[in-house]
Amino acid sequence: MSTVAHVNPLRDQRDPRLPRMAGPSALVLFGVTGDLARKKLLPAVYDLANRGLLPPGFGLVGFARRDWAAEHFAELVAESVRTHARTEFREDVWKQLLEGIRFVPGELHDNESFERLKRTLTDLDESQGTGGNHAFYLSVPPSAFDMTVAQLRRHGLADRPKGSWRRVVIEKPFGHDLASARELEKKLAKAFAPASIFRIDHYLGKETVQNLLAFRFANTMFEPIWNRTYIDHVQITMAEDIGIAGRAGYYDGIGAARDVIQNHLLQLLALTAMEEPASFGADNLSAEKRKVLAAARTPADFDLHTARGQYATGWAGGVEVPGYLEEQGIPADSRTDTYAAIRVDIDNRRWAGVPFYLRTGKRLPRRVTEVALNLRRAPHLPFNGTDVRALGNNALVLRIQPDEGITLRFGAKVPATPMELRDVNMDFGYGTSFAESSPEAYERLLLDVLLGSEPLFPQPEEVELSWEILDPVLDHWAALDTPPERYASGTWGPQSAFDMLARDGFTWRRA
Amino acid sequence: MIVNLTNTNAAGVQQALGRARHHVGAASGLVFTLVVLAELSEYDEALAACVEAGREHPSRILLLTNGRARADRLDASIRAGEDSPGEIIALKFHGALQHHRESVVLPLLLPDLPVICWWPGRSPKAPGMDPIGRLADRRITDAMGDPDPIAALEVRARNYCEGDTDLTWTRLTRWRGLLAAALDAYPMDVTRVGLSASPTNAAGTLLAAWLSHRLDVPVAVDRGKPGVGITGVVLGSETDEIRVMRTDGNLAEFSAPGLPSRLVALPRRDVNTLLAEELRRLDDDPIYAEAMASVVRRIDRAVSRGRGRPE
Repeated sequence: MSTVAHVNPLRDQRDPRLPRMAGPSALVLFGVTGDLARKKLLPAVYDLANRGLLPPGFGLVGFARRDWAAEHFAELVAESVRTHARTEFREDVWKQLLEGIRFVPGELHDNESFERLKRTLTDLDESQGTGGNHAFYLSVPPSAFDMTVAQLRRHGLADRPKGSWRRVVIEKPFGHDLASARELEKKLAKAFAPASIFRIDHYLGKETVQNLLAFRFANTMFEPIWNRTYIDHVQITMAEDIGIAGRAGYYDGIGAARDVIQNHLLQLLALTAMEEPASFGADNLSAEKRKVLAAARTPADFDLHTARGQYATGWAGGVEVPGYLEEQGIPADSRTDTYAAIRVDIDNRRWAGVPFYLRTGKRLPRRVTEVALNLRRAPHLPFNGTDVRALGNNALVLRIQPDEGITLRFGAKVPATPMELRDVNMDFGYGTSFAESSPEAYERLLLDVLLGSEPLFPQPEEVELSWEILDPVLDHWAALDTPPERYASGTWGPQSAFDMLARDGFTWRRA
Repeated sequence: MIVNLTNTNAAGVQQALGRARHHVGAASGLVFTLVVLAELSEYDEALAACVEAGREHPSRILLLTNGRARADRLDASIRAGEDSPGEIIALKFHGALQHHRESVVLPLLLPDLPVICWWPGRSPKAPGMDPIGRLADRRITDAMGDPDPIAALEVRARNYCEGDTDLTWTRLTRWRGLLAAALDAYPMDVTRVGLSASPTNAAGTLLAAWLSHRLDVPVAVDRGKPGVGITGVVLGSETDEIRVMRTDGNLAEFSAPGLPSRLVALPRRDVNTLLAEELRRLDDDPIYAEAMASVVRRIDRAVSRGRGRPE
């Protein structure tokens, strides 16, 4: 353990095969009945245990407003593991986990509930040897963050006894603008030390996003073209085919830009555009991300280079679906954006003059996340005009999900023609070159929380810089008299989004 | 698709493979060539392990067996796009061809990419000197596939050469992880180690060697306790003990100073899983080399003290 000077003779830097197993600890899940907990977090805990990465006696505590007995909760966990875990269900692994599973029925505002939680954790420390190491995962609506953190503090759950740790994990959104993000930070900082606060952007836990670092910094052949000399413009897309799917309460008033651009897309932009970090340690990595985010600038005229939209009734993938305003729980006059696109320019030597276009939306034709770097056209093409009519620009596409991989698009001669050129794709598929079943992002991130490893978590300064980029756009949109432009469900977004690229002489990739 | 060829050669196999690929769509993204050297009797099991390994690591897999035909002949069966993303080429050598297998293997290795050899059963005394073994970057043997696993482990230890590994070592990954994590959490100056394992279990020998090398303390091995595989490890200091006891080969009891014992899943894993894990890292493994050197030292010391072969 980092706090002890004792050197473990069984560990050796030259022994990467020796697994990194979490130390004695307990994970407390607030909002354990929610979708995230059932579909992602609980299965990830089981998968970690099945991979032998959780210690004997690991504690798993559910906290929720339900009048359940411990056995009932254990059944719920088993059920969610059986349905959603990545690895097979094994009786022996389950027995190990079951020993440390506890349930605390309670309300966030109720002091007695937190006293019960405290007693449960003390009991776990004694009976399971969790050693006072507790991670609190706040899988609750952002409006409940404050209350939960304040309660943890009031009941002494945030104070770590000597030689142990207390950590808190929060999910986006980290505030709804710069001011509220700072406010949230302040409240967290009152209870927890900066290094004990883990902000989850689950994209950063994805293998493909980590591979972005490997791709850029382990190879020699891409770095020479990774700049304004060769790159024409960059498109970063996160498209969803679903609507708000029962999350009206969370989504309305937040919208696509806050929900996705502020975190996932700006993080992807930072990793794509940043300089090489001195190391992949949290400080060095974050330093480079901060530099590039600080150099990012939104366009001078928001009307020309941003777009927002709201999905209308339409046919999506062969199914007739309601428009946003017809969704249950959405006010008929809602102006929430379900599609958002912005242009961002990066003022540095590497990227001057290369626009980055970020877009995200719901009810688009398919689910896809990718970073597409479009290269400039060759300065001279020694062919007849008709030969190259079908030839586009070279492109390098980092496919984040699904079908994770990398596509390289270049021109090739069509066989049996005198000289006819056409675009072809060269594909690297993660799924075909590596494990059919890669660990889920939440497995990696939960393990990192328990190990206290920070590099894959956004630092507060990055969160603030992202709001600084987005706030002026959101303010501009809020001041407009008009509602967001409607787009038919199952299409690639509003006309204004196409127009905004056309103005610069580009078109969106059909991702 | 599956293509069967009788009385063929390396060029014939390549041609058929090209056609098969065209038929099922190009197999791109293969990461290495895995050469499996099996006995005829192990064919089915080895093929199943190949399919499984090919799923995690799409690769070209050459499955080599010796057939019983009198003629000097090569038969081949090519599976592409069947049950795993890679290609599996089963090669059966007959007659005098059995002494020139490398001449067929060499042209069928994927360009540039690493080559791994795997002997699921018996393996040569010095895999690194084997005509096919020397083509490989990594050589995977399995002492447990030998009738006398502990003796087989000793032979491998004495003939160790860079790039060798044995699945006995992979079997220990979870044990090693658990013991290392135990010392992270409950730091103590270990002065003695006790280990128990079933009589023919080679993993116990290797774990004892690793622990004695890393901790520089005597490790006593008890072969008399009931149970399968490794049945327990005790790390002891002057005053305290960390104990891991596993009698059913599945679920272990873990206890540390001042704490009640708790359960931890420590399942024995099948060969397919072990192979897939081993193939995740293709770099040299100096820690394994040191543990194998320690196996040799421990045996030599016991012999020179006149106690005969230990365990």
